[in-house]
Amino acid sequence: MNRFLLPLGIFIVLVAFLAVGLNLNPREVPSPLIGKPAPAFELPQLHKPELSFAPKNMLGKVWLLNVWASWCVSCRQEHPILVDFAKTGSAPIYGLNYKDPRADALRWLKQYGDPYALSIADAEGRVGIDYGVYGVPETYVIDKAGVIRFKQIGPVTQDVLEAKILPLVKELNK
Amino acid sequence: MIPELGHFALILALIVSLVQGTLPLIGAHRVNNGGRAWIALARPAARAQFFLIVFAFVCLTWAFVANDFSVVYVAQNSNSRLPLEYRLAGVWGGHEGSLLLWMLMLSGWTVAVSLLSRHLPDAMTARVLGVLGLIAVGFLAFILFTSNPFERLLPAAADGRDLNPLLQDPGLIFHPPMLYMGYVGFSIAFAFAIAALLSGQLDAAWARWSRPWTTAAWAFLTFGIALGSWWAYYELGWGGWWFWDPVENASFLPWLVGTALIHSLAVTEKRGCFKNWTVLLAIAAFSLSLLGTFLVRSGVLTSVHAFATDPRRGIFILILLATVIGASLFLFALRAPKVGLGGSFGLISRESLLLMNNVLLVVACGSVMLGTLYPLLIDALGMGKLSVGPPYFNAVFVPLMVPLLVLMALGPLARWKHADLAAVLRRLTFAFVAAVAIAIAVPLLYGKWSPLTAMGVLLAAWVAGGSVVAIIERRRTGGLAAQPLHWWGMHLAHVGVAAFVLGVTMVSSFQEEKDVRMEPDDTVSVGGYSFRFIGVREAMGPNYRAMVGELELSRDGKVLRTMQPEKRAYLTSAMPMTEAAIDTGLLRDVYVSLGEPVGERAWSVRAYYKPFVDWIWGGCLLMALGGVVAISDRRYRMRKAAASTAVPQGAAA
Repeated sequence: MNRFLLPLGIFIVLVAFLAVGLNLNPREVPSPLIGKPAPAFELPQLHKPELSFAPKNMLGKVWLLNVWASWCVSCRQEHPILVDFAKTGSAPIYGLNYKDPRADALRWLKQYGDPYALSIADAEGRVGIDYGVYGVPETYVIDKAGVIRFKQIGPVTQDVLEAKILPLVKELNK
Repeated sequence: MIPELGHFALILALIVSLVQGTLPLIGAHRVNNGGRAWIALARPAARAQFFLIVFAFVCLTWAFVANDFSVVYVAQNSNSRLPLEYRLAGVWGGHEGSLLLWMLMLSGWTVAVSLLSRHLPDAMTARVLGVLGLIAVGFLAFILFTSNPFERLLPAAADGRDLNPLLQDPGLIFHPPMLYMGYVGFSIAFAFAIAALLSGQLDAAWARWSRPWTTAAWAFLTFGIALGSWWAYYELGWGGWWFWDPVENASFLPWLVGTALIHSLAVTEKRGCFKNWTVLLAIAAFSLSLLGTFLVRSGVLTSVHAFATDPRRGIFILILLATVIGASLFLFALRAPKVGLGGSFGLISRESLLLMNNVLLVVACGSVMLGTLYPLLIDALGMGKLSVGPPYFNAVFVPLMVPLLVLMALGPLARWKHADLAAVLRRLTFAFVAAVAIAIAVPLLYGKWSPLTAMGVLLAAWVAGGSVVAIIERRRTGGLAAQPLHWWGMHLAHVGVAAFVLGVTMVSSFQEEKDVRMEPDDTVSVGGYSFRFIGVREAMGPNYRAMVGELELSRDGKVLRTMQPEKRAYLTSAMPMTEAAIDTGLLRDVYVSLGEPVGERAWSVRAYYKPFVDWIWGGCLLMALGGVVAISDRRYRMRKAAASTAVPQGAAA
């Protein structure tokens, strides 16, 4: 074997990797939770703290879980889209109010409108850890069997809503 | 009409480069068989190609100046309110235009070779220009088939989308052209190497011809990288100067190999050894330039330098990359076994020191490359997503540089063939003692002594000391005036490295940073300087609205100046931009940037004290200048060199 072929050999391996790499999207961060049951929890509701909410109450329905906070600037950006979406009634949105003082959260909803069927108060962010929340906002689509089918990291844009969330919700509701 | 002319010129250039890339090579192959006429085609073809590319480039520039928004590329990268200087720089602000710039540089380098190669054998020139012609074919095809800058938009846009605000800065005007001059310049070293492999004449003459071209490319690349780093420092508002970002690494990889190459070329020229190794480095330097283009243009890696990504383009560059590098490595595998070994040398000699320099630089390049491509490799193997950050690079890269810097002082003092290590060390006693004294004193003067800081200072002083000793010795023997310019160039570049190392050490050891919320009349102090926040007012720029902060800089109660960091909102995009205010000094920068408004009159403000930070870029500038001085050496000038092409054919076995 000619040892001068070695650089060529190394290069061919590198090209193979680059070719595979071309078909991957480095910006897509997969969530390990997709296809898994939504982690269980039981937390007080934001508006009526004496009542609680648990994902198991939602079995049999397709629903969205949206992580939000009054201190989150990007939430303001996605908020009108959620408000419009809620009006269509295609699926209920449940808000997970993340690490937020209750008074601030209520004031924020009053000011910008409340698209949520109800909001859940996760004051310490424990549930956020179970759901692998990187940052606020994040949105999960959960199916009738309580399995997470989609996760949006960052604000929901009109494009994401129309291209991904709406078709998925329609499909799951069939 | 004018964009169509530009497009047509590009098509003609492709045809000309097809001629340039084939006939002269065939002619050189059968030089005694009536090939001379074909060889003679090389120079006129190179000139015609240059003229056509310049014409196309002028057409695109005109479209920018005249705000012709019926051209897609102009509509995407310009705006009628964009100031003229940025409309000119906008020509290379996007993908298509920067490729055209690449092409302009390539044809410029090619025509330079055709003009400055009269002393070379005609067959050699024909081969070099032929190889460059083939590269031009690849790039012109890439431009015409996937990235045509002259594509029309019908109906025309009313106004353009504007140049990315990050790029609206004087730094952008010069950074890409300098960087590309370096990238593309390595194509000349590559073409010489391939020409030598094709002809089978790998000898000292070949090394001598390619040396000035390689050094020139290296100097441009050094300057280009330094400009990019300086730009990131004042434009991104984080006060950092190097982020180990994939795109930065893409320019750093060819630099590391290019540095190895200019050193190993010296050995090949003087002693006729390392020939295979030098050829391989020349191929590697250009391959890494191409790989850098691929990484940036194809979007396989995420980076702050986000360019639009189109998979078709990625595939095209990958095929180009595979063809160019694959073919040259195959040619290398065919020809290398027949190349002799050259002169022998002792265990301690200038050759062996330069060999160690090469090994260290190539290993450093390999480790940076591994870190850059690792996320891609892991992803391609389906093992998940991850990113490699500065901790990896610092942990791997810095330890490799330590022995390199230690050896740097020894190399220039050691003799060829066989050197006496003890004697060299004895000559360096003065440098060592001085370096130790400085390494103890300087950190203490700055108030905190730590082993790492001391080591950095020690290495910087040691490298500079090595050059000082060499200069003093020559002066004593009265030979200083007789020293050739390339000797001065080398020492200038080595002192530049010392300045760079000192800058990096000082800034990472003694910088101070404060991130505070400030209301009018609040003061914050860093590094003995205090900033009094006066307030923020609104101002209009040509195509942006700015919030201009005013801070009064003072030291020991004495007011020095007012600093005005800005936060700009460009009218055409939502992206807010920071413009830091920097007070530059020889021994320190004070740097302040405006964050977000927090509350009614309060702002978050970031203030930095950065000792010796300008030495980083000053050092790079000295290195580049060293390169320029080295190539102005008399022996590289045409007529002189013409007499010496009959250099003995090395010590080829």
